[in-house]
Amino acid sequence: MDRVSLRATARIVADADGGLPLLVSDGPLALRRTRASGPYTRVTVVGAMSAPLGGDRLAVETEVRDGARLLVDSAAATLALPGRSAEPAAYDVRITVGEAGVLRWLPEQLVSVQGSDLRMRTVVELAPTARLVLREEQILGRHGEPPGTLVTRLTVRRAGCPLLDQELAFGPGAPGGWDGGAVLGGHRATGQLLVVEPGFAEKPVEPRLLGENGAVSPLAGPAALVSAVAPDALAVRRLLDTALAELAPL
Amino acid sequence: MTSRSALLVLADGRFPAGGHAHSGGAEAAVRAGRVKDAAGLESFCRGRLHTTGLTSAALAAAAAYGLDPAALDAAADARTPSPALRAVARRLGRQLMRAARATWPSARLDALAAMYPRGAHQPVVLGTTALAAGLDAEDAAYCVAYETVGGPATAVVRLLGLDPYQATAVLARLVPEMDQVAERAAAAARQGIDALPAASAPLLDLTAEQHAAWPVRLFAS
Amino acid sequence: MHLDHGHTSHGAISADARRPDGTRRALRIGLGGPVGSGKTATVAALCRVLRDTLSLAVVTNDIYTREDAEFLLRNAVLPPERIQAVETGACPHTAIRDDISANLEAVEDLEDTVGPLDLILVESGGDNLTATFSKGLVDAQIFVIDVAGGDDIPRKGGPGVTTADLLVINKTDLAPHVGSDLARMARDAGEQRGELPVAFTSLRAEDGIAPVADWVRAQLGAWTA
Repeated sequence: MDRVSLRATARIVADADGGLPLLVSDGPLALRRTRASGPYTRVTVVGAMSAPLGGDRLAVETEVRDGARLLVDSAAATLALPGRSAEPAAYDVRITVGEAGVLRWLPEQLVSVQGSDLRMRTVVELAPTARLVLREEQILGRHGEPPGTLVTRLTVRRAGCPLLDQELAFGPGAPGGWDGGAVLGGHRATGQLLVVEPGFAEKPVEPRLLGENGAVSPLAGPAALVSAVAPDALAVRRLLDTALAELAPL
Repeated sequence: MTSRSALLVLADGRFPAGGHAHSGGAEAAVRAGRVKDAAGLESFCRGRLHTTGLTSAALAAAAAYGLDPAALDAAADARTPSPALRAVARRLGRQLMRAARATWPSARLDALAAMYPRGAHQPVVLGTTALAAGLDAEDAAYCVAYETVGGPATAVVRLLGLDPYQATAVLARLVPEMDQVAERAAAAARQGIDALPAASAPLLDLTAEQHAAWPVRLFAS
Repeated sequence: MHLDHGHTSHGAISADARRPDGTRRALRIGLGGPVGSGKTATVAALCRVLRDTLSLAVVTNDIYTREDAEFLLRNAVLPPERIQAVETGACPHTAIRDDISANLEAVEDLEDTVGPLDLILVESGGDNLTATFSKGLVDAQIFVIDVAGGDDIPRKGGPGVTTADLLVINKTDLAPHVGSDLARMARDAGEQRGELPVAFTSLRAEDGIAPVADWVRAQLGAWTA
């Protein structure tokens, strides 16, 4: 953990012909083209394990051009760690998906380690005919450990209009009540799976409960959000995986 | 300075805008054992205040600043992933609109009612109502902040038989945070629609969907 | 894109006799009374005798369930689109008196979805003797008590018994079994109510609802006159 804080921006550009005209790793954000799954060009984020630390400013910019199909995953969970800087770490994910483009954004969990402070911001711009599957999971502390401070915001616009805007704030630096009966109620893991599918405009997803800890919610636009709040990461992943297989099988 | 009395009329729990039938998620929290006493009510209300309370207060403040209500309504939709809560927000918006038009007739309210006959999101209607009542954006934000915690507190008094003095003391303890939230909300609204907060509460969203499916319940939400 | 809501005409805001399009709205009659006095059975019986000649609908205000609405649905007294349930947040009298917004919405939605109506019956949740309807919600109200609830209820009075446009004393067939004195109930009711009418009903009897149905028809005649 003993290093100075850093700035790094990794970039991915995917083309309709399956090519990656741009694939730029930077600092701790190492990107690898990995074996394709189905019709998707696949990029795996490796080596983000030791970042972000306090004071770091990391960003991943992804452009899925018209007609391209891209799958992005990660080799391991991302740990938000305390750093020497008193500044919070920032992790920005910026995504655009063009006409008829498809993006499956399925990274591993984000773990907020005790003493860390991370602001994560994900902004997605979708063309009207774009499709998206995006997963985010927030784990509060490694096993049995109290969490750091984690603020994540997910903003998705489709055809320039807001589709989903959601901010979560947990941990000692968050406003009060985050662990109370309205927000987490003692749970230590949350997750969201967003599926944007223009076809939902004709055939909307029905709202559905996934047991005690999850729900499938159709949004006001042609999209569904699967959310889970559970005691641990495994329980959240199980719920999201069940819904993923149903709503957006590969 | 705006009229304090107008603010009292609008913020009064007796203002006939339908709120009495809603618990703000408290009924589900009581059933799940997350709210059992005054302490549980306090942390529930605190969490609600800093999440959906802040988000709604900022939407109301933005409407009271005169920002485009259609854009605000779309922003509210995007901030309300739960279809049950979107339906509740529109139903309460429609009920508030009825009371507001009878109380403070205004062309702006009429226009919003015509645009959303089935109801705009309640905070958008509330901000527009504030404007019609001669109130400002900060007043609208205060109104929402108070309503965010006042609703569940009243509901829990009915649901648990909680001592009403204890419930009111909870509200009093939350006063500094209500002030903070209202001021943060108004400050964000001043910067325009892109600066509006989107703080959300996973359990409120989830349990609203569960509650909507209950066959027997005391409150509509 | 909004998948949640359709845009139709925008609703009236008060108890105006005209709908926004200028047509006369339905007559609204409220039915209140204590738990178990037979409000829902009275509504069901009224629907059965009036549905062939009138276009009617029902709004129920249950205390904590949709049971009354479901009773009416199960007994098929009206098609489901003509029955709406309002949730009252543990305070049924608030929803019919102090904050009538949800009930007005239900009434307007019924007129919007099933077309012009002659009559809407608004049934309150079973509460106590003090519950009355707001004049902003209904044009006339019926208060339903029953002989088994005690023959001293008319004497005790209360806003429902004293001021309702029609007092229904139900379950007269039970009077001999519970030791209630119908003559005394009639006398006491008369003293409390002056000129206001009282109807004695036994819904088990053939056409037992007739006195109430006749009263409703008279109200409707006055409304459309």
